[in-house]
Amino acid sequence: MENMTETLKMTARDVSVFYGAKQAIKSVSIDIDMANVTAFIGPSGCGKSTFLRTLNRMNDTISGARVEGRIELDGEDIYASSMDVVQLRARVGMVFQKPNPFPKSIYENVAYGPRIHGLAPAKADLDRMVESALRKAGLWDEVKDRLNESGTALSGGQQQRLCIARAIAVDPEVVLMDEPCSALDPIATAKIEELIHELRGRYAIAIVTHNMQQAARVSQKTAFFHLGTLVEYGDTSEIFTNPREERTKDYITGRYG
Amino acid sequence: MSTLALLFLVLGLGLIAWISARVRASRFVITGPASQRPHSLPAYHAWYVGLWVAVPALLFLAVWASVSPGLVTQAVLATPAAAELPSFGMERAAILGEARALADGSIKAAFNPKATALAPAFAQALGFYGTIGAVVALLLAFAGGAYAFTKVKPDFRARTRVERLVMGALLIASLVAILTTIGIVASLIFESARFFSMVSPIEFLFGTQWSPQTAIRADQVGSSGAFGAVPLFWGTIFVGAIIAMIVAIPLGLMSAIYLTQYAKASTRRWVKPILEILAGVPTVVYGYFAALTVAPALRDIAVAVGISSASSESALAAGLVMGVMIIPFVSSMADDSIAAVPQAMKDGSLAMGATSSETIRKVLLPAALPGVVGGVLLAVSRAIGETMIVVMAAGLAANLTANPFSSVTTVTTQIVQLLTGDQEFDSAKTLAAFALGLVLFVITLLLNIVALRVVKKYREAYE
Ligand SMILES: Nc1ncnc2c1ncn2[C@@H]1O[C@H](COP(=O)(O)OP(=O)(O)O)[C@@H](O)[C@H]1O
Ligand SMILES: [Mg+2]
Repeated sequence: MENMTETLKMTARDVSVFYGAKQAIKSVSIDIDMANVTAFIGPSGCGKSTFLRTLNRMNDTISGARVEGRIELDGEDIYASSMDVVQLRARVGMVFQKPNPFPKSIYENVAYGPRIHGLAPAKADLDRMVESALRKAGLWDEVKDRLNESGTALSGGQQQRLCIARAIAVDPEVVLMDEPCSALDPIATAKIEELIHELRGRYAIAIVTHNMQQAARVSQKTAFFHLGTLVEYGDTSEIFTNPREERTKDYITGRYG
Repeated sequence: MSTLALLFLVLGLGLIAWISARVRASRFVITGPASQRPHSLPAYHAWYVGLWVAVPALLFLAVWASVSPGLVTQAVLATPAAAELPSFGMERAAILGEARALADGSIKAAFNPKATALAPAFAQALGFYGTIGAVVALLLAFAGGAYAFTKVKPDFRARTRVERLVMGALLIASLVAILTTIGIVASLIFESARFFSMVSPIEFLFGTQWSPQTAIRADQVGSSGAFGAVPLFWGTIFVGAIIAMIVAIPLGLMSAIYLTQYAKASTRRWVKPILEILAGVPTVVYGYFAALTVAPALRDIAVAVGISSASSESALAAGLVMGVMIIPFVSSMADDSIAAVPQAMKDGSLAMGATSSETIRKVLLPAALPGVVGGVLLAVSRAIGETMIVVMAAGLAANLTANPFSSVTTVTTQIVQLLTGDQEFDSAKTLAAFALGLVLFVITLLLNIVALRVVKKYREAYE
């Protein structure tokens, strides 16, 4: 896997984000590629979520939030007026910190994306897409006999995998995950991490985590944020064994955060 | 001594006790280690003693005020002068009332000479029981004060005792509301039972003929009324639960969606108060709006399009105006339940590439549905209990019709109708009002219970 050609999927150049007058992200440049999982780490409040949300324009939903700089998906400026947000979000999916399945059946949760984007012309296609997404999310065997039960009745870990299935059901190119395990127990966390390993290469993945061991386990690239700036960005193995910056070293060795 | 003077006297004694207990308690030494300091601040001792003076005496006075008139009357009836009284009915009650008024000085001369004869007996009895009441109340005040005052010592836990007294007072306050409710329900049930001894419940609940106008004399035509309430139930449902809701549900829901999802904070700031003003308009104002503006306009429209049977009082007019009245109610309940859907749910949908309106239709509304349904049920229960609008605009004819342009009548309208004007309190006609009231009460109670259940279930789902 390490030798796989690094196909750049998203590039962010000099990205700054403001909430009203307050600047939350200061001139950050990062690449997200197909072959690697990119982890965003840093103390809480440093802007990891904010930055992640610029990648699928979820900050558009927050009034007063403003993004500067250039972010490209396959060379296309995602903040250009010609970019359709609805289309963009189908290509750049997102999984949230707290599992947020809709109060609908498991089947309907996964079918939601294909339905609104009109991807499944016939019921048979939809069935196939739901099954394939649930299989990729490693949830199929656990739920195949109760697809009509409510998604909110699953355990926390299953709910989060359902959300991952929901996100990948529309076959996105990029999957963004914002601390997907922070509300889960260790066993459920291990399952999600395993799932991230399996999804790697199929989707470009960016994951926010404040658990350093998790970043080390699941990612190949790591970006360390502090107070809205990108302090260090590079191979995970480098960052964890041989950080260039003093602040990175302090954070990784647990001196603050 | 008049009751009012007695009241002030007791309160005055309470105040004196308060002050003296405070003075006494503030003499306690407050230096030394914490364990030896007085347990409570002087104010608590003061309240403790003050309440012991006032509360038992006031409670006694309250009870006495309700028993003593009966005792007075009994005493008067025992006197020889009372032998002259007619043995029953209105006249007897009128004479007793007049004599009492003469005795306590609220009238100067009586219309009935028998009352004048009874007045001295009344005056004597009033004076006697008044004195007993005053003496007992004052004794209670002094006894309470003395008991409490001996307890004012540094280690006495006045603070916890006052706390308990306060709790007791709050409990009594809440009991007043509960007892009143029980009393009202009991009287409804009692009077309804009398009605159902004259008219069978089957006929009342399932009969389709409503004409309660019984004649005064038994030999007149139409001496027995018809008490089939189905046309009233239908009219109530037609106006309050169908027409009004056809107006209120979509408009209320849409305004809630607009306010929670689309409106800017600045717009919300002035739209919400206006909606609340709409909720504060007295229903009688809606009533004449319905009767004087909407109903004639509707009739003209109906006649213009060729519905010649259109009446100037119509189910439609009352229903439309009632629907408008209910809008703020539905809107604010829907607003609450939509706002209670977690932002995460909305984000989840938006992040899938759904548009705002798709998110509202497919995620927010289904998630908020139970809350909205609960709100609508509460709104229905308000609408069917609403009186002024239907009295003024829906009419009196007990028609069993689905034609919105014809006049219908509702349960509340008929209750008003049955109870206004001269009444005989034991005729089926009058008692029917209680039976109708009971039905209305049971239905709104059930609607409220179901609605609150639904809303509560739904709240729990997101906590
Ligand atoms: N909706 C918002 N409005 C205003 N400020 C925000 C908002 N969301 C986040 N912030 C601020 O932006 C900064 C970065 O927040 P966030 O991206 O959530 O940090 P992280 O995910 O790293 O913990 C914080 O200081 C936070 O207070
Ligand atoms: Mg965050």
